[in-house]
This record gives sequence, C-alpha cells and structure tokens, in this order.
Amino acid sequence: MNIDIAVMQVFNGVSLFTILLLMAIGLAIVFGLMGVINMAHGELMALGSYVTYLTATAFSKFAPQWMGVYLFAAIALAFAVTYAFGYLLERGFVRFFYNRPLDTLLATWGLSLILQQAYRSIFGAQEVSVPLPQWLSGAWEPVAGIQLPISRIFIIGLTVAVAFGVYLLLNRTRWGLKVRAVTHNRAMSEAVGIDTQRLDALTFALGAGLAGIAGCVFTMIGSTNPGTGQLYIVDSFIVVVFGGVQSLIGTALSGFAIAQTQTTLEYLMSGSMARVTILLLVVVVLYFRPHGLFAAKSRS
Amino acid sequence: MSPMNRRDLVKTGGTMFVLGAASGTALFTAAANAQESVKLGLLHSLSGTIAIAEASLVDAEKMAIDEINAAGGVMGRKIEVVIEDGASENSVFAEKARKLLERDKVAAIVGCYTSASRKAVLPALSRAKGLLFYPTYYEGQEQDKHVVYTSQEATQSVVAAVEWLAREKGKTFFLVGSDYIYPRTCNKIAKPTIAKLGGKVLGEEYAPLGHTEFSSIINKIKAAKPDCIYSTVVGGSNVAFYKQLRAAGLDGTKQTLLSTVVSENEIEGIGKDNAVGYYACMGYFQSVKNPANEKFVKAFKAKYGQDRVIGDPMEVAYNSVYLWKLAVEKAKSFDPDKVLAASAGVELDAPEGKVRVHATNQHVWKKVRVGKALANGQFDIVWESPSLIEPNPFPTL
Repeated sequence: MNIDIAVMQVFNGVSLFTILLLMAIGLAIVFGLMGVINMAHGELMALGSYVTYLTATAFSKFAPQWMGVYLFAAIALAFAVTYAFGYLLERGFVRFFYNRPLDTLLATWGLSLILQQAYRSIFGAQEVSVPLPQWLSGAWEPVAGIQLPISRIFIIGLTVAVAFGVYLLLNRTRWGLKVRAVTHNRAMSEAVGIDTQRLDALTFALGAGLAGIAGCVFTMIGSTNPGTGQLYIVDSFIVVVFGGVQSLIGTALSGFAIAQTQTTLEYLMSGSMARVTILLLVVVVLYFRPHGLFAAKSRS
Repeated sequence: MSPMNRRDLVKTGGTMFVLGAASGTALFTAAANAQESVKLGLLHSLSGTIAIAEASLVDAEKMAIDEINAAGGVMGRKIEVVIEDGASENSVFAEKARKLLERDKVAAIVGCYTSASRKAVLPALSRAKGLLFYPTYYEGQEQDKHVVYTSQEATQSVVAAVEWLAREKGKTFFLVGSDYIYPRTCNKIAKPTIAKLGGKVLGEEYAPLGHTEFSSIINKIKAAKPDCIYSTVVGGSNVAFYKQLRAAGLDGTKQTLLSTVVSENEIEGIGKDNAVGYYACMGYFQSVKNPANEKFVKAFKAKYGQDRVIGDPMEVAYNSVYLWKLAVEKAKSFDPDKVLAASAGVELDAPEGKVRVHATNQHVWKKVRVGKALANGQFDIVWESPSLIEPNPFPTL
C-alpha cells in the first residue's frame, strides 16, 4: 500500500467519522440528554433527505440559475422542517412515554414504520435522485495521485461547524445550562424553576433538526428512498451507546474510533468481515464498560 | 300433530326450500361464471424495500393480460387477475403463494424477484402442485419442477459480458458485488471465463447489502488500476457506489465499468448524470430496435404515462404471461403439470426478439446485449449476441 493510498484511506476514515458524528449527534442529544430512545431517528434523517429533494426540484423549476447554491437553502429548510416536526412529535406523542423506555422504544418503532409508509405513499417506493451541485462534484487533487472528493470535504467542514455550534449551544448559552441541569437532576431543576416541559420539547426538536441536516448531507453520498433511515439507525445507536450515553464528547470519540477502525479493516478484509469485527469489538468493550467509553456521572 | 309442530314443519320446510333454491341458483351461476374465466396470480412486492424494483413488473404483466383478454382470452376463457403483495418479506411470499394456490386456485403464478422470495414459495408450489413463472435474472443453480425461469440466468449474461469486456476493453478485471448469492455466483462464473480468455482478476470485493460507504473499495480499485470493473452491486447501494465512483474520478473513461444488475429502472433512482458512461449487460433494453418492441413500448407508455421507462425484468414479466398462454394452448389444458411439460420448446416473438423455452431445463434461450448508459437514462446498444444463447443453470466451474 503506497503513500497515496494510505493518505486517501486516512481521509476516508475522517470522512466516515464526520458522517457518523452527524448522524449520532442528534440521537445523542435526544437519547443522552433526555433518555428517550427514538427509533424513528432514521426516518427523521430521511425527512431531511426528502426536503432536500423537494428543494432541489423547486429550485430547478422556479430558479434554475440559483441551482448552484440550492444546497444551502436545503440545509436550512431541512433543519427547520425537521425541527418543527420534532417539536410537534414531542408535544403530541413522545412526552407521554417519559420514564417508560421500553414503551418509548416500541412507540417510536411504530412511528418509524408509519413514516416509512408515508414516504412510500407520497414519494413512491422508487428512489428519488437528488442532483449534486456542480461545484461539489469531482475531486481535489493537492498532489498527483491523491484524489479527495470535494463533497466529502464539504461534509467534513459542515460537521465541524455543526459540532462547534452544538458545543457552543450546550456550554455557552443559558438554554444549554438548563439542559445540562435537567440531565443531572430533573427534580431539583424543576424545584429551582426551570420549565422542564418546554425544555424537553426544544431539546427533542433540536435533535430532530440535527437529524434533518444529516439527511440533507446523505443525499450527496447515498440514495434517498423510504428505507434510507433504516440503513443509518443501527450505526447511530452503536456510536452513541459505545461512547457513553450521556456524553457528547464520548459520542465524538467513539465515532472517530469506529470510523477509523472500520475504514482500515475494510481495506484489509472484506466489507462484511470488517463490520463483523467492529461489532465484536463494540460488544467486548461494552462488556467491560457497560456504560460506554465515557460514562458521565449523574445523580439520576 | 299439534298446531305448534305443523307451524314448525312449515317454517323449517320453507327455510330449507328457500335455502336449497338459493344455493342451487348460486351454484349454477358460479358454475356458469367458472366457465368464463381462469385465474392467474401475480405475486410481487408492492411495498417494502424491494418494491422499488419489483412493483413495476405488475404493470407489465397486467398489460399482457389486458391484451390477451381483448384478443379473446386463453382457450376462450378470460384471465381473471389475482394480485398479492409479498411486501418484501419472504414469509409473506410463502403465505400468499399458499393462498393463491389453495384458496384462489389460480392456474399459475407469475411472480417473485429475489431468489430468496422464489425459494420461499417452492414448498407451497410443491404442496399444491402449482406452477410459477419467474421473470427475474438470477444466478441459476436451480431447476425446480414447478417453475419456468423466463429470464437470463448467470451464465447467459456473465459469460457474454466478460467476453465482450476482454475483447473490447482490456484483460485486467476488478470484481465488485453485494454480498449474497447472486454476485458471488456471477463472480464464480466470471473468474474461469476471464482466465480462459487470458485475463487477470486483480481484486474481488463484496459490500453488505444496503451498504453506502464504498470509499475503501474504491481506493482498492484505484490501487489495482484494472481495465475493467465488473459490478454486481445491487439495489440502493448502486446509488452510493456510482456517485462515489464519479467523485473519485472513475467516470468510465479510463476504465470501463459494466454491471449485470442495472437497468433503466435503476438509473431512475441512481440519477441519469451519475450513470452516464457506464455499461450494462441485459437481455432487453428499451432501445432495442424491432417492430415488436416499438409496439410494446408505445402501448406501455400510452397506458401508464410517457415518463415511464421499461427495464429488462418488466419486459420478461410481460413475456412470461404470453409464454404461459402459449404453453396452455399447446397442452390444451390448464393443469400445471401438463402446462409445464408443454412449455418445453415454446417460442415467442418477444419485444427483445425471439425467445424459446429450453427442451429440458425449464429455462429460456435468448439473446443478451451490452449497452452504454446515455445522458437521457436510456442505453445505446453497442453489442448484441449473434444468436440465441443456451441456458445452462448448472455449469461446471
């Protein structure tokens, strides 16, 4: 394996890491900070993908000269739509299942089936193709022989921005302070006057919105069909649980570990065997550290 | 007899008379109707993950049935369609097959797409001694006595495709596929063929079904620098695979990519700009030029919309209904065993050209073609097999 291939493999690892992080960060917020197991997280990503598809179609019909920048509008719209949908979902459905994790699991699983069929009925069972903006196609060749796809570079940049944004939100804003307080001790937070119900709704909505951004990003590298969500949900949960459910740093680090190991193993053995090995490693680590790599301490 | 008993007698007697008359009339009309129609079952996934590929087959089959009924039906009897949804679940396929055969008593089923779904309905076919026409290209290695396999099996497409690649494009190959029986069998057939032609296999990679991260495999392809890439990546993964190939600079100009599992329907999902320049090997392309195909395409678009495209499995599904009709007329009976026996040697002037059922192995002699994907989602046919290719579901490898 020469140096060019090695560099591209490392890049692939970083790219996969950012994709896993984008998928898992929404789930980490909802699962980690609220304790809600949202099996419909994949379908929220699919919603973001479909919103991107609709944005692209609208742009190509009404403003074809702006097709180059439709992606930014799509990201904003995907976030907005899934945020609003998440808010409604929390208020109307999820909040009845707090403190009943098994029921939440079953209920959100049912919700994911409903959403999948809704996508099938509205958009058709067929995949829809989302056009890639011209400036994102192709690869960047810093040195002859090393090709780094531009779309993946864009995704890395976007994930860094999103992760940084979430970090600022959680650690430098008043709202973030309240969220962290509620995670550590809900009863005490209510006692000091924090409106936990409104906070829960906004937190869930934010998790959903992040899933929407992830879905928008996936249109660049994968296919958009009603079953898209199912492909990503398992990986998202593995990353979150492996990293430690209540720690966002844990999610990031576990995403990095899994991504790099996976790309390296995929190069050395077949794709299926690499996946088997990764899952076995996750099982072994969880056996010795059941709360994940970085379990945060709390009084709950 | 007390008055009560006589009243009871009249009541029960009257009821029995009415019931008898009603059921007699019902039986009579049912018998009269049964003379009129024969039931044909269509069993495909109309929902679930496989619906993307399979739901459109029902449209083609229904068109064939409507045409046959308009021309007078099969042996004077109109075909009554019974459609069931396999829902992309093999257990549902098995259950619906049983229902079609045992409760609806269909004369035959046209159905299934994945090999797993076909294998799931074999027990029901065996129990009810039914008949299945299987319209999808598959890996061979099967000859169940209740199935007619109306599409190309692996040797027919893979050998022709590999020979064309070695002749026209280069002798070094890289094999990529999804990880299940069809791609693995295709590659098992491809490797000795490549060796016989003096070529070399530089790599063989499999990705799990539904996988979307092809960066490592693409890197391996780049490291190996093959002339030809033979792809059996299936379904949704193709979208990711083609997009990522293009992004990595492998756009088909410096090396050739050919797939035996991508048709016009898959290109709709992959995106025409993503698929342009890559090749496919199929029995049928919508752009085949002959009178039968022009009529077929025109009728299909008129019925279902000008935007629809027709891929290989859809045309074979259409042919399957006609092949069943011809076999029934040859056997002069709807009995599945007699129809299967009579199907041997049946010839049809299909939109893809002539097809002929093999004398002994229940598969079909047909031509295959290699096409290059154009920017409009259609294929430019660059090669057509000079004659019908014999099916060989049990090749010695």
